[in-house]
Amino acid sequence: MRKWIKTTAAAAGIAVLASGLAVTGASADVIDDIRKRGKLVVGVKADYAPYGFLDSSGKIIGLEPDLAQDVADTLGVELELVPVVSSNRMQFLEQGKIDLMIATMTDRNDRREVVQIVDPNYYSSGTNILTKGKFAQWEDLKGAPVCGIQGAFYNRKTSEEYGATIVAFKGTAEALTALQQNRCVAFVYDDSFIVSRLGDEDWKGWSMPLPTIDDAPWGLAVKKGEDAFAALMAGMIVNWHTSGRILDLETKYGLEQTPFAKKMHAQFRGVNPSIER
Amino acid sequence: MEAVYDWFRVFYQDTGINLTFIYDSYDRNRLIDGFFMTIWLSVICLVLSMVIGVVGAWAQGARSIILRRVVAGYIEFFRNTPPLVQLYFFYFAIGSILPTTENRFGFEEPILGNFAWAVISLSFFAGAFNVEIFRSGVEAVPESTKEAAEALGYTRLQTYLYIVLPLAFRVCLPALNNNLVNLVKTTTLAYAIAVPEMLYMANQIWSDSVNVPEMMTFLLIAYVFLVGVLVWFMNRWERSMRLPGFG
Repeated sequence: MRKWIKTTAAAAGIAVLASGLAVTGASADVIDDIRKRGKLVVGVKADYAPYGFLDSSGKIIGLEPDLAQDVADTLGVELELVPVVSSNRMQFLEQGKIDLMIATMTDRNDRREVVQIVDPNYYSSGTNILTKGKFAQWEDLKGAPVCGIQGAFYNRKTSEEYGATIVAFKGTAEALTALQQNRCVAFVYDDSFIVSRLGDEDWKGWSMPLPTIDDAPWGLAVKKGEDAFAALMAGMIVNWHTSGRILDLETKYGLEQTPFAKKMHAQFRGVNPSIER
Repeated sequence: MEAVYDWFRVFYQDTGINLTFIYDSYDRNRLIDGFFMTIWLSVICLVLSMVIGVVGAWAQGARSIILRRVVAGYIEFFRNTPPLVQLYFFYFAIGSILPTTENRFGFEEPILGNFAWAVISLSFFAGAFNVEIFRSGVEAVPESTKEAAEALGYTRLQTYLYIVLPLAFRVCLPALNNNLVNLVKTTTLAYAIAVPEMLYMANQIWSDSVNVPEMMTFLLIAYVFLVGVLVWFMNRWERSMRLPGFG
């Protein structure tokens, strides 16, 4: 009798699961596709050291490619990295050119409508400045020409609240060149990017002196509707935080351990961060 | 005015058409600044490019072969390279090897800023075309007219200033019109070296408020208006200079 109940329950469970899969559509499970082709395709940055950059042989390496390798290892398949940029990363995912995107993307609601951003967040960054001048607080930038990137959301705050004159360029290369030519006294950008520059020989004597503002979490993403893959990735992220993998990778790539990564590590190990503080 | 701003706020809630540059004072001010920056940049470049055109067309007919070669080289350089490339080249390459001055933050700043380079680059770019346009006018003046001026005792410069140029102007005004209209539109490229003109400001506003269609529409209307004013002025000039029985 008991056995019969068990069997029935299991059958019902499978039926529910199957109907769930049917609703999400025929191409719902990308994990099967990945296993079948024996290769996981991940979109990462290739111009954002040390999160994703090219080594001297032209191979993409960095913190995010290492995370991508973890996923491939877990699935037991080969890894293929595809370089993406901010303006095409979500499209690549939508078009199925990549299975997974780990590309320094800030988690925003309007982006959650386009791709499936996996919870919890794996990383976080805020806004700071790169300068060789003596600035202690944001207000010190009043009236100063500050280089930036056209369209960045913190340009307005930097000029409206702190009184800086934003000199915005198309890309980081132009902005950094203008900064080195003293056309502006500082460069306002993501602190994660600035931290990576500070380790570079070319930027000796430069610093990131201000308190970071607008700290915002990063999200990795899968194609919309890939619930099974999203669940697997959620598990991967929890695992990275619990094991301290992110902190280890920060150390490996010469980054300071970020408050966000420390906090997540403490939280997932079961330590209440409010007590630890 | 507050009532108008509020109306546009409600308009946004009702229709989804977000005209931040009307009701948001920060966006409004920066777009107005951008608008006047575009006008200022256009006016300076228009005047300078015409001066360059007149002087260049004269130098093209000079007796000195060196002067003629220099003008030919200048035209080749500026006419054969894209204006965007010129802006980057001047601002980042040439600008960095010029002398510097210390600004109040203690930084050794290059002596020419982005606005100055935009003026130089755009004026010389449009000027190169203007030289050729003026040359077409100068060459259209009949040889016999110049000989008549010579017979009356005019020097070469006097002939150019009082006889050839006034006639040449009338011949080449339509072509000049085209080039100057192009120049006003080309000022948008200055946003590449961070000159805060209208496109630069609009770009920043639509990045902040994600209202790209609204800002694009505004830009289009604003440029139709600006170029319309220029064309109207040029047409009036053309009519006032009309000589009965000539051309």
